[in-house]
Amino acid sequence: MSASKPSAKTSTRQPQPFSPQSLAKGSRLQGASLTHSVCPYCAVGCGLNIYSKRGEVIDVEGNPESPINEGTLCPKGANVFQLVHNPHRVKTVMYRAPYSDHWETKSLDWALDRIAERIKSAREKGFAAEDADGNRLNAVRNIGTLGGAVLDNEENYLIKKLFGAGLGVVSIENQARI
Amino acid sequence: MPGLGASFGRGAATNYQQDLANSDCILIMGSNMAEAHPVGFRFPLQAKEKGAKLVHVDPRFSRTSALCDLHVPIRAGTDIAFLGGVINYVLTEEKWFKEYVLDYTNAATIIEEGFLDTEDLDGLFSGFQPDRAQYSPSEGHWGYEERGSHQQDRDQGQSRDEARVSEQGPGQEAEPSASPSDESHVQASEIDTSHVREVSEKLDSRGVHGPGLMGGASTHETERGSAVEAPAGEPLQDRTLKHPRCVMQILRRHFSRYTPAMVSEVCGCSEADFLRVAEWLCENSGREKTSAIVYAVGWTQHTTGVQNIRAASILQLLLGNIGRPGGGIMAMRGHTSIQGSTDIPTLYDLLPGYLPQPIVGEDRGGLDDYVRFEGLPTGYWTHTKKFMVSLLKAYYGDAAQPENDFHYDWLPHLDGDYSQLPFFDRMARGEVDGYILFGQNPAGGGPNAGLHRAGLRNLDWLVVHDWFEIESAVFWKDDPTGPPPSEIKTEVFFMPAASIPEKEGTFTNTQRLLQWHDKSVDPPGDCRSDAWYVYQLGKRLKKLYEGSADPKDQPLLNLTWDYDQEWPHPLPDGQPSRIEGEPDIARILQEINGRNLAEVDPATGQPKLVGGFEELREDGSTACGCWIYSGCYPEPNLNRPRQRVRTANPLQPEWGFAWPNNRRVMYNRASADPAGRPWSERKKLISWDEDQQRWVGLDVPDFEPDKPPEYRPSLDCTGMDAIAGNQPFIMKPDGRGWLYAPGKPKDGPLPVHYEPVESPVENALYPHQTIDPTTRFFEGPLNSLAHTPTREFPIVACTFRVTEHYLSGPMSRFNSWLNELMPAMFVELSPELAGEKGIVHGEWATIISARGEIEARALVTRRIRPLNLKGRILHQIGLPFHWGFAGESVGGIANDLTSLVADPNVSMHEAKVFACQIRSGRSRYPAGQPTKNYTPWPQRNPTPDTPPASQPEGHLR
Repeated sequence: MSASKPSAKTSTRQPQPFSPQSLAKGSRLQGASLTHSVCPYCAVGCGLNIYSKRGEVIDVEGNPESPINEGTLCPKGANVFQLVHNPHRVKTVMYRAPYSDHWETKSLDWALDRIAERIKSAREKGFAAEDADGNRLNAVRNIGTLGGAVLDNEENYLIKKLFGAGLGVVSIENQARI
Repeated sequence: MPGLGASFGRGAATNYQQDLANSDCILIMGSNMAEAHPVGFRFPLQAKEKGAKLVHVDPRFSRTSALCDLHVPIRAGTDIAFLGGVINYVLTEEKWFKEYVLDYTNAATIIEEGFLDTEDLDGLFSGFQPDRAQYSPSEGHWGYEERGSHQQDRDQGQSRDEARVSEQGPGQEAEPSASPSDESHVQASEIDTSHVREVSEKLDSRGVHGPGLMGGASTHETERGSAVEAPAGEPLQDRTLKHPRCVMQILRRHFSRYTPAMVSEVCGCSEADFLRVAEWLCENSGREKTSAIVYAVGWTQHTTGVQNIRAASILQLLLGNIGRPGGGIMAMRGHTSIQGSTDIPTLYDLLPGYLPQPIVGEDRGGLDDYVRFEGLPTGYWTHTKKFMVSLLKAYYGDAAQPENDFHYDWLPHLDGDYSQLPFFDRMARGEVDGYILFGQNPAGGGPNAGLHRAGLRNLDWLVVHDWFEIESAVFWKDDPTGPPPSEIKTEVFFMPAASIPEKEGTFTNTQRLLQWHDKSVDPPGDCRSDAWYVYQLGKRLKKLYEGSADPKDQPLLNLTWDYDQEWPHPLPDGQPSRIEGEPDIARILQEINGRNLAEVDPATGQPKLVGGFEELREDGSTACGCWIYSGCYPEPNLNRPRQRVRTANPLQPEWGFAWPNNRRVMYNRASADPAGRPWSERKKLISWDEDQQRWVGLDVPDFEPDKPPEYRPSLDCTGMDAIAGNQPFIMKPDGRGWLYAPGKPKDGPLPVHYEPVESPVENALYPHQTIDPTTRFFEGPLNSLAHTPTREFPIVACTFRVTEHYLSGPMSRFNSWLNELMPAMFVELSPELAGEKGIVHGEWATIISARGEIEARALVTRRIRPLNLKGRILHQIGLPFHWGFAGESVGGIANDLTSLVADPNVSMHEAKVFACQIRSGRSRYPAGQPTKNYTPWPQRNPTPDTPPASQPEGHLR
């Protein structure tokens, strides 16, 4: 993971006619860490420059170096900032018990333990080693996963590996069919 | 994108987006590129600035149409009729690219005797089994004519070329030799494929192996069909193209009824507009010029979706536009890494790199049977075993050994269709216990979303990984059409997810380009990346099963699952990361790239990374998580998707990594003529260098780099040796682009215009065959259909995207900036229809289909025009599908109107065209209140380490 300073990129430009007030203000990007990212919306693959200071994203811009977007972004790409800083983001695990009308806040460990138990007991119930004709099946057909087109390749790899090759779940699907 | 796979060999966009700027004519159809892919639309506009013609064929006049030279409005669901018309024009006007077509396509190949076209059978191909609503390609004789006597040819020392039928004399009927000693028959009997055929047909009847959709799963599906149905290697040909059973003659006959007048009648466009499009495409194709076609889900979301793309592929092959700069077919994918999630699939019927998931019963002999069934004797799929063994080594590590068949038996086998639509159908009937969502919202985005919500209500438990409380997370309390929470049993776990700047990894974009994104900051609170969740869940599950001797638990216990990294690792700004237990993503990408287990890299002490898929072995000495991505991480310090280097090469080969092997234009051998010279200086890409005896040029050759153009294989060659030096489509067993697709797609070797499942119009082209006969239905009380021709629902509806929202809204309707730009659900309709129904612009209208009704604000606009179908006026409406009942902006769910039907190839639904009715006023189920308050500017602290004068405007806490 590298962090380069943004100033080097802008130094090749012509001097700009800044007012003394503007110069005094300076850019809030000064001193920020720059990392390179990719827009998570459509599949065009626009490059993003993400600026952060002290563990907080302070700005998201199109990457001018990218041969795909050359610094431009559409309204959605420009909105990536609001995917990070958003008052509606859920930041804790929430749990809804059967027939309940409200969420309860829970810890990560609590939830992961329960999910693992649910998966195990459903798998014990649903695992089929063979079909009716005695052919090898080794499949779990009462559990499924859905989603992956907005995930990283590495995440999709882990999902297919754990649920498919490890647990025998067959209904592993994503947005490709919608 | 099985259409592309069936035609060319790989189910992915052929070229790269920037290459559209090199086009001389671009046909955009089934895509509203300016609004759905605005930044990618820069490149067609650059082409236009250089003089290219831009055409938009679409039911709606959109921003794309506004910037094109010509917009042709057509009736939704008639794309094959339009493209079939262009194909007919190209053939009857003799505008096809003769040298290209003759050598690079299967135009000259002779098809089995007994094949009957839709011309013969009134809209059906031979081999149709009405009781099963499907085709048997073998009974229908779809395959290539088998070579008479290979043995004889070989004995006489003939090369394949010399053995061509055409040498027997122009137009002469190919007489298969009397000798039955066909090589492929011998081989077939040796491996006894009889049970395979039987199993395959059995499974077909259950609808197994709908190949993975858009990603091109069917690439392989298609070829497997052909491996069973048609002999591999060099087929019989008539290079004069006069043989009545050669592909060219079949094609001419098949498309002969797609005349301009018929196109006009079916599509509702004028003959003049249609002819202008056909002329422009022909004028701008050939040695000196190339045309490109751009499509998106406007083509795929049909029961004839695969055949829409097949039609475009046929057209581009006839015009000689594949494998060349400025040509190709650009599939504009809708999700950031939907290409990646089909390459490394989270799809039920695929394993990484388009290796099919094993099918029950096909592999009684284990791995070798699988390889015989799924592999091909000629072309690149001859390496199937290497890829599969390397994958099993990546999955099961040391437990996978030659003596136990690398534990191929541990992989789950398929006994049915477990794709999303049929699985939700089962879920709604209470047959599924648990479900996990990773950033997908079926409650709003699934076709017939009401049925999807009924499915979620019938689960025992549901896990939702997301950022916001999307419809699929709050269906139990906020669905205005649902029962009260006290009646819903589903236990729901909401796991808060990390956003993109809070995690690292690779996305694969629409042009097969892998790009790494760095992690900038830690996610807040208990938010975690999906990788973290899956990794930690896997660790817990392994612990739960620890010590089990049950055979069913051994795959999990032996699964390699070791991606721990040093903690705390530093963030880019030097701070230590707070997140413990995040897996080492680079190590996962290295596993995907592959390692040589027999060789230790002295620098790392780990098995050496492989440089590409050529290094993979079938003896278990290599491990590789996805062969087509091999080469992306060839050295410990060379993460090629993370490379961001601009060079003078316009293909920008050092910006990211494009699979396969960083080739930017696939099938680029076709950018040179059969002798290896560029077709023209203007359209040069790679060519044969006599001095170096290599293919050279700007791109990485999608061909064996030192195979000379004049190379001709002998008949007994297998693998890549069987591909001649003038055969650019190396994934195909005969090395050629498929105008005619012999084994599959399952709905026919050639595209046919059928009406949508729901249409108010009869099929004018084939009056006795209204809809695709192989369509699969899931009818029930929650999924009623208005069958064609419907009178009750006389209006044609299509769904579409706007720039400011995304999918069913999880990533946009919780975002105030986007909601401000596009605040409410609406329906686009023409002033004529509005007048007829008394609907006023800006007021409420209710749209009704056989599944339900929704309300929307009326947007009355001349951008959408009534069509004149031979005197009959037909109205169309457009519905954005971005709204739902959760978020800052709520509104009618367009997908509550769409239906659950499935095309036979990929289980794709038909949201891009369905029948409806519209009236003024509000619905019986009015949209509820927003679940979140509009927050114009995210409340946050002042930017750290920044003077007050430099703080951004906006509301600070």
